[in-house]
Amino acid sequence: MKTHNLVLRINGEDRQVTVRSADTLLYTLRGRLGLTGSKPGCLNGDCGACTVNVDGWPMKSCLMLAVEAQGKEITTVEGLHDAPIQKAFVEHFAFQCGYCTPGFIMNCHSLVNNHPGADDKKIKEWLESNICRCTGYAEIEAAVKEVLGKKS
Amino acid sequence: MISFDFDYLTPTTMQEAAELFQRLDQEGKSPYYYSGGTELITLGRLNMAYSEAVIDLKNIPECHAHGLSGDFLVQGSALSLTAAEVANFFPFLTSVASQVADHTARGKITIGGNICAAIFYREAVLPYLLVDSTVIIAGNKGITAKKMSDAFKEKIQLKKGEFLVQLLTERKWLNAPFIHIKRRQQWQTGYPLITIAALQAEDGLRVGLSGLCPFPFRSAAVEAALNKKEFNREEKIREALKAMPSPILDDVEGSKEYRLFALRNLLEEILNWQEGGFKLENT
Repeated sequence: MKTHNLVLRINGEDRQVTVRSADTLLYTLRGRLGLTGSKPGCLNGDCGACTVNVDGWPMKSCLMLAVEAQGKEITTVEGLHDAPIQKAFVEHFAFQCGYCTPGFIMNCHSLVNNHPGADDKKIKEWLESNICRCTGYAEIEAAVKEVLGKKS
Repeated sequence: MISFDFDYLTPTTMQEAAELFQRLDQEGKSPYYYSGGTELITLGRLNMAYSEAVIDLKNIPECHAHGLSGDFLVQGSALSLTAAEVANFFPFLTSVASQVADHTARGKITIGGNICAAIFYREAVLPYLLVDSTVIIAGNKGITAKKMSDAFKEKIQLKKGEFLVQLLTERKWLNAPFIHIKRRQQWQTGYPLITIAALQAEDGLRVGLSGLCPFPFRSAAVEAALNKKEFNREEKIREALKAMPSPILDDVEGSKEYRLFALRNLLEEILNWQEGGFKLENT
């Protein structure tokens, strides 16, 4: 088996982990490091439930090998602490079953940080990366807009 | 989870990558050039792709080149689609690339990976085909440069061990009038039914299509029909439809008949755009 001893920078901490070359970042986070906030959904890069931030940008962790994540700053939903987007999701009840929520939150967290002036077109473009089967996205959009409004 | 194991190698020069490929191939390890890697990860999970040695090209500086140099725009094959969109040196590419997959995935998918993909859409090639960019290819025998029209025949023509390094696009094309329309079965997400891209050049309209046949293409015969001055609009469309290559796709995204119906309307829109002075918004 081809393995690597990595030090991954996750949520501001250096985490040592041994991985196979073929292990995805999602599997490594959940199965090797106990960070189960990133959810396995389609495992095919379609649903966005596994989204984390890599160097501040959204990344579907099922589409990234753990070995590719060396030297990068990884943030999972466990690394957010009372972030504005988390509070906004609660206030707008932007979830029902909650399974897709960590992925949405990480995508939206990156959106509001990278595009504080995001317009409707930009918000729609980013939200298309994640799938929610419960809500109609309206509450999620409202949560994003509340954070953007607070920032502007 | 990917069920098979592989070595993960990170060469820092083109020569090192090519030599690694040759050695690993001789060892029977089915080496695989890796850039964004989304195809190996997704198809590997389904046992539809296999390798015992993955050669990641992302640490090769030439594969990350991005900027204007002399008369050319230079774009490395390992640039993500998002990086190309954000820099927006080539608005035609930005328009096409911004409709591939979804925003998050485009942060991982690379220009080279999309052009060299096994999945047949390979839409990122359309702008490069229409302006006939120069393709820089590396391999064991060194570096070669080819026009895209020679390098891409239904798919990228690479010999064993070769990989795509850069795309060079003449500056004169960067602001040429273009239109790009993507039709899906429904809504704004999911695989395309047909993608059409057109550019107005001095010698006439140039048109590329993805999703109509099991390969993207630019056809001289189709362009000749659309540019024939003696034809009226209906004749141009009729002759262009006759000149389409085969086979026409007939799959879950749409039947052959529906694709041809949608294509007729798309050609109408392209001619409207041309006759209207290139004023339509890209859709």
